[in-house]
Amino acid sequence: MSCAHIEKDTARFIAEDIMREFNYPVLFKECSVDLSVFYNPGRRQYDANRILKQVSELSSPNSVKIMGLFSVDLFIPILTYIFGQAILNGNTGIASLYRLRNELYGLEQDTALLIERFRKVIIHELGHTFGLIHCPNPICIMRSSTYVEDIDQKKIHFCHHCQTELNGRRKEEENH
Amino acid sequence: MDKKVSILIVDDEESVRDSLYNWFIDDGYIVECAENAKKALSILEKKDFDIILADIKMPGMDGMEMHRRIKTLNKEPIFIIMTAFASVDTAVQALKDGAYDYITKPFDPDDLSHLIRNAAAQVSLKVENENLRNKITSLTDIEDLIGESDAMMKVLKEVESVAQSNSSVIITGESGTGKELIARAIHSNSSRKYFPLISVHCGALTESLLESELFGHEKGAFTGATFNRKGRFEMADGGTIFLDEIATISSKMQIELLRVLESKTFVRVGGNKEVSSDFRVICATNRDLKTMVKSGTFREDLYYRLNVVNIVIPPLRERVEDIPLLANHFIKKYCTSMSRNLIFIEPSAMKQLEEFEFPGNVRELENMIERAIVIGNGKDIRLKDLPMGKEVINSSIESLDDLESKHIAMILNKYSWNISRTAKALNVDRATLYNKIKKYKLIQE
Repeated sequence: MSCAHIEKDTARFIAEDIMREFNYPVLFKECSVDLSVFYNPGRRQYDANRILKQVSELSSPNSVKIMGLFSVDLFIPILTYIFGQAILNGNTGIASLYRLRNELYGLEQDTALLIERFRKVIIHELGHTFGLIHCPNPICIMRSSTYVEDIDQKKIHFCHHCQTELNGRRKEEENH
Repeated sequence: MDKKVSILIVDDEESVRDSLYNWFIDDGYIVECAENAKKALSILEKKDFDIILADIKMPGMDGMEMHRRIKTLNKEPIFIIMTAFASVDTAVQALKDGAYDYITKPFDPDDLSHLIRNAAAQVSLKVENENLRNKITSLTDIEDLIGESDAMMKVLKEVESVAQSNSSVIITGESGTGKELIARAIHSNSSRKYFPLISVHCGALTESLLESELFGHEKGAFTGATFNRKGRFEMADGGTIFLDEIATISSKMQIELLRVLESKTFVRVGGNKEVSSDFRVICATNRDLKTMVKSGTFREDLYYRLNVVNIVIPPLRERVEDIPLLANHFIKKYCTSMSRNLIFIEPSAMKQLEEFEFPGNVRELENMIERAIVIGNGKDIRLKDLPMGKEVINSSIESLDDLESKHIAMILNKYSWNISRTAKALNVDRATLYNKIKKYKLIQE
């Protein structure tokens, strides 16, 4: 589900990425959620924990995983910001475009790069929902990223180890 | 596979605990949470954690007090303080109390990642250090120091009490009694055990070589000195230097040695810079240094400098009860090193060993056992596998008369008491043989 006003082409790219990496059909749905209730005026950011909970409540029995896409600045109480968040071994994740924009760091706007970063964050968070933890491989999609440069460094694929782990986890989930 | 690092999060705010929990779980750490210091302490009583991340301000007991209590539990986790108010005083106090670091809420994700990664690296270094220390301890186990006799127990007690001090030690004992083993035992039980034990065999080196060996030399100090070289005293920095056969060093070296022992500084051969080294000296000799002092061949001042503690190792013949223990130990040692099944020693062979004088002491016994295993039948050590069965005179014979009596009896028995043939074999006349039989009261059995 998206509240980020994502263009059709971008949505198609994201769906293709998810299909390729997880081999599940993707349903893309535009939603309008009132985010003002999650706004923290002190931090001038949005509470990711509460948004995650809200998204989780929107999941339907037919969906395997649900991913909320936003364009607002997300935070969790202990961190100054986050790119995205997911419940490990859960069925929900969220990701935001906000901190991925070049302009935020005084650089020139780069839409292609922004979309690529966003796709990586989405796949990364979905990986967590399948039980994958952070990977030490510097180019694996599951590598922890605290800066956008870290995201740029990694590829949009799982490394061999994470792929094997993911296949195992998927089998487990399907058996359940 | 590396052990997973475990983290205990202590914070009264649920959202903080949950956020940190999720963050660290994603990174593959083992994570547990506690909502207050009391709960954390009760968890810590049952379980160890590598890293504790605790809020400084909590209702009831605060983070600093909790840290102090953890120390009394004899646990040494890496303690990181979390605070919402960055104050230098708090930070300084936390670090003074031994906290690893402190971090101000909310954290920059990168700062938190770095902090925990560094702490985890410290944990693995600690584990690695511990493993290496254990390895060193097992490497320096003095396996060959065997003995339950009173004499040996006294020596081991002396080793134990002298090891913790820094005093110089002279070990005296016959050749082969294990003087170097005792030196190793003192070193490995001392606080210097993680530093080197440097052995120098003084008797094997000429005066000039010994000087260069002990003090080192500068490039060009003498022909062949093509590079600077550290001496043994320098190499023993922090550890122990073992000077074997100390009685053999020349008068000049005795003066040099005395000077080094007094100042713990020296100059390399051909050099002009003073070098200092912190070492402990252990010497060994099989000679009586006191007599040498009296005869003027060993300096009295050096003798007293070295002879702070004197450990005398008894010869093997004075601790016969240790022979079976030692023999079995060497059998095990050589069977293992030769990849053979463990063998046993026949009682008659053991008796023979116990009766033997062993002029070469433990070293001789060890060589005997090794030889017996090599030439033996691979099942047990028999009397005939031991060299003394053939070559050594029975130790119960002390006088020449005893020897003569035994020999005549043996030849008489060989020739079934035929006097003529026996006399011929002994190359004496019959009258002499009769006189000897009478003298030694020999009777035909």
